[in-house]
Amino acid sequence: MIGLASAVVLLPFVAAFAGMLLGPRLSSLLGARTTTAPAPDPVPGGGPEAGAEAWQGAATEAERSFLKNGPAIIACVPIAVSTVLAAIIGLTVWGDPGDRTGVLTRVATGTVPIELGLQIDGLSAVVAFMVCCVALAVQVYSVAYMSKDPRYSSYAAFISLFTAAMLLVVFAGDLLLLYVGWEVMGVCSYFLIGHHWEERANSRAAVKAFLVTRLGDVGFLFGIFVLGIGAGSFSIERVLDEAPSMPHATVTAAALLLLAGVAGKSAQFPLHTWLPDAMAGPTPISALIHAATMVAAGVYVVARVYGVFVAAPAALTVLGVLAVISMLGSALAALAQDDIKRVLAYSTVSQLAVMAGGLAVGAKNGAIFHLLTHGAFKALLFLAAGCVIVVTGSNMLRDYGGLRQGMPITFWTMTVGLAALVGVPPTSGWFSKDAVIEAAQHAATRGDASAADWLVYVGLLVTVAVTAAYATRLWLMTFFGENRGQGAYELKEAPMLMAGTVTVLAVPSALVGFFGAGEAELRPHVGSAVLALLLVIAGAGAAFLVWNRDPALDPARALGPARPVFLRAFYVDEVYDAVIVRPVRALARYVITFDDRGIDTAVVGTARGARRLSELARLPQNGNPQAYLTGVLAGTVVIVAGVVIFL
Amino acid sequence: MVGTPLAGALLLLLPAGRFLPGDVAVRRYGVAVSGVTLLVAAVALAAFDFGSPTRMQFGVNEEWALSVGLRFHLGVDGISLPLVVLTALLTFLCFLYTIKHPPAGGSTRLLTALLLVLEVGLLGTFVALDLVLFFVFFEVVLIPMYVVIALWGGAGRRAAAYKFILYTLLGSGLLLVGMLLVAVNAGTLDMTELATRQGAGLTHGIQVTAFLLMGLGFAVKAPMWPLHTWLPDAHTEAPTVGSVLLAGVLLKMGTYGFVRIAVPGAPEGAEFWAPWLGLLAVIGIVYGALACLAQRDLKRMIAYSSVGHMGFVLLGIATLTPVGLNAALFGNIAHGLITGLLFFLAGAVKERYGTGDLDALGGGMLAKAPTLASILTFASVASLGLPGLAGFWGEMLALLGAYKPHGDLPRETFMTFMAIGGLGAVLTAAYFLRMLAKITHGPPSEVVAARSVAGISVYEYAAWTPLIVLTLLVGLWPKALLEVTTAPVRALLGGG
Repeated sequence: MIGLASAVVLLPFVAAFAGMLLGPRLSSLLGARTTTAPAPDPVPGGGPEAGAEAWQGAATEAERSFLKNGPAIIACVPIAVSTVLAAIIGLTVWGDPGDRTGVLTRVATGTVPIELGLQIDGLSAVVAFMVCCVALAVQVYSVAYMSKDPRYSSYAAFISLFTAAMLLVVFAGDLLLLYVGWEVMGVCSYFLIGHHWEERANSRAAVKAFLVTRLGDVGFLFGIFVLGIGAGSFSIERVLDEAPSMPHATVTAAALLLLAGVAGKSAQFPLHTWLPDAMAGPTPISALIHAATMVAAGVYVVARVYGVFVAAPAALTVLGVLAVISMLGSALAALAQDDIKRVLAYSTVSQLAVMAGGLAVGAKNGAIFHLLTHGAFKALLFLAAGCVIVVTGSNMLRDYGGLRQGMPITFWTMTVGLAALVGVPPTSGWFSKDAVIEAAQHAATRGDASAADWLVYVGLLVTVAVTAAYATRLWLMTFFGENRGQGAYELKEAPMLMAGTVTVLAVPSALVGFFGAGEAELRPHVGSAVLALLLVIAGAGAAFLVWNRDPALDPARALGPARPVFLRAFYVDEVYDAVIVRPVRALARYVITFDDRGIDTAVVGTARGARRLSELARLPQNGNPQAYLTGVLAGTVVIVAGVVIFL
Repeated sequence: MVGTPLAGALLLLLPAGRFLPGDVAVRRYGVAVSGVTLLVAAVALAAFDFGSPTRMQFGVNEEWALSVGLRFHLGVDGISLPLVVLTALLTFLCFLYTIKHPPAGGSTRLLTALLLVLEVGLLGTFVALDLVLFFVFFEVVLIPMYVVIALWGGAGRRAAAYKFILYTLLGSGLLLVGMLLVAVNAGTLDMTELATRQGAGLTHGIQVTAFLLMGLGFAVKAPMWPLHTWLPDAHTEAPTVGSVLLAGVLLKMGTYGFVRIAVPGAPEGAEFWAPWLGLLAVIGIVYGALACLAQRDLKRMIAYSSVGHMGFVLLGIATLTPVGLNAALFGNIAHGLITGLLFFLAGAVKERYGTGDLDALGGGMLAKAPTLASILTFASVASLGLPGLAGFWGEMLALLGAYKPHGDLPRETFMTFMAIGGLGAVLTAAYFLRMLAKITHGPPSEVVAARSVAGISVYEYAAWTPLIVLTLLVGLWPKALLEVTTAPVRALLGGG
């Protein structure tokens, strides 16, 4: 069992190295026609700017020559095997629940040892399966989407490495091992966001993403220290056993420190600013890393060590408050974005906050349920958005309109995805969101409900309405009304490798919710469901009414003066720039000058001082025998005089 | 092991006409001699009894100058073994690199001889078990390095070389006084003996003074903030091989000295000064990172990054815990591998584009020289402490040590150090990513686009690949290194 899990993790890991080193060589071995180094066209936003037509052509060709595409085979086959193995693990755990752990070795550190071990339980098995599925879908999709890219090979290898790291996070039985996967994910995210590094903006976005998450990760690492030293072991099992008996202050400190890392990775306020910029990466990356898996890792980890958080109610309150700020703020920001990917990015922040809010009110299973359904429908939404982008060659909502006619598959799949996002019954999102809302309602109406519980409950309800509004706006502006592309592109369906993948993902997005119906906790409840549905209708209705007045215009105009504020996401970026980035830069410049003028001058000055002193000392020794002789004589005279006078 | 390069260097004193005429032959000779040394080191590694890493192995213990109790005592244990192998490896790689990429300056014969003498000093320092012997080897290193910088360096080489030699000589003076203070009072020069005694027989005052003196001597070498200013100059001016050995091995002599002599020799002194050492270490981390963030020259930036990384190593030592000393030794090795690689790469960049100025380089290196830029990216990511690569474990363990320092040290102070060190780690990431974004990303700049640079030569690959592979191996399997060091480190701290 543990062996299977290791294989699941190691397969993509090996694939990453193989792909990096051997990918192109395998292609030529398989006799692919070597398209002699296609001129690397400059790339805006998502993909090669070869014009929509050339891009589509290349994608279609890539789909035909799949078996001759070395990097694609190296990327897709191992993850496919991993998916099958993960499914086997999932089924076994379902049939025979319980924890299984295996420790490969212990690494002595001089204090608490690190255990290289894995742990499989229901939670990790189901999340791992979701990760494998999405990764497989993204790899297959990328074969077509990235076909024009000269660096497809390294791109696919980094996805493989990322997948391995994510699976390590999911299966890790030791907190430090988890941290290793956690950071490797971060660096893969950096490389993939900056995949089109020719554009300075992409490079900046990549750096920002890495640094912001790393800031959180330092806190996360310290949280691990606190837990590990407190429990005498970094093993998750041991830590959870010891957590209730640890001093209250220790547990609270640990939980709060862990939250820093969670906020960084899961893009929660105040460390959320990197995610919208991260949309500079290729669209499949946004689907995999910045929607379905890595950003969900934060929520996953909280669920994984939930015992620690239960022992530290203060940390849960903080989590709840941050979640409410994130879910509402980013949902409002999504309302005003022009870029389809940025709408989805803010929506991701908002939905992750829904999960975090669920965790804050004690709905661990509901939150994980939402994590799974969100993984499915958000990956679907991003990949469908990728289809739209490939066909239209633009990220901007203002260039779309009326796409329903030419792209029926994309239209219907995206409709399913948006319905799930909004929570329209009976899509998956409806089930999972309802589980969270129901739990929040339960917590808020309890006898000893705190203000935070109420806040989470109300926040969730308002978010439901706003979500419905921005999703409707996206849907209407993309697929309905007149086409605003002004003939810049030919309206037709995306290549089958892409559209097909999206269709396959639509199935779980629509249906996975019914799996939850088996558990009482996850079953929809009439009260909360009706309330949420009313709010959905209100939000969507409002968006529709505004749009309907003039379908050629952006419904966001109704926001009035608030629109620029939402568009810039409440100017958080600007504030950080002024408060953190610029002072650090200034300080760095100051250090350079200080080092040259301050410390080094002191050192060189000492040397100069020594030289002056030695020059003084050298004065008498000027090499003149007469002077020496005079000195000797004078000395003798003084001595003689002294002897005569005093004796 | 020490004898091979020494004999090799002595042979080069033979007149050029009779022995190995021609530069190429001399360069090959250098590779051969250092290769044999590496082989000896590898044999030592293979024959090392990993069951008892605490015991001194392959020992030589002969009388040398009986009247003052001097003994020619050499040996290897789990603490020195990794450093010995690292030294032999890096020297060998430097020679390999020099075959096709000789620095412009003096004669090759002289350079080869100097590097071999340097290797003698470095290896000797790590295997010496007698205080005076240690000091002799410690000093042997200085002169060749000085000459290498002064003859093969860049434009400002004279000043840099002077600064290097004066700084380190001053440090050595203090070091000698400190060591003699311990030796005279303890009545032995034997380092293993001193370590087992754990400062018994030394009064508190003597221990405090001795640790201060020795600490200053080692801190100059490490280098610790604010005694670091020789380092950026020396690195910027030194030729590639000089920089690689300087960063890769020379700096480690300082931290090795702390671990081997200062801490076990004067434990009470160590305890007294540890908070100060920790303070200066974290200042070094943040200061080095900030200096890198605004740095324009690639080599200078890597030099300042060394200040930051050695700050983590010193922080580990300051905790006076097994985990902290482990962190220091791990950090030593990791820094040697990664920064060695970084300096090789910086040399390669400068050789190809004629400048190391980040702004002048502009960008687009990934487009025009993808392999070089990719390896540079790899080395940078390793250096910023990505888990799974060598750099991470040293940093992480140092911070872990600071979270729970030695029982008698003020814990709150060290927790503050830990937090600051953590911020330093973020800044480290910031400057490396800034550097990468500046020169490897973006559209090709004029400088980068104008030259069609040479691909990476076989010799460059040969010099770099072992470092890359080891960075990965040590990073993925830290147990290999920690297993060897943990037991002796506990012994040095007086525990079982």
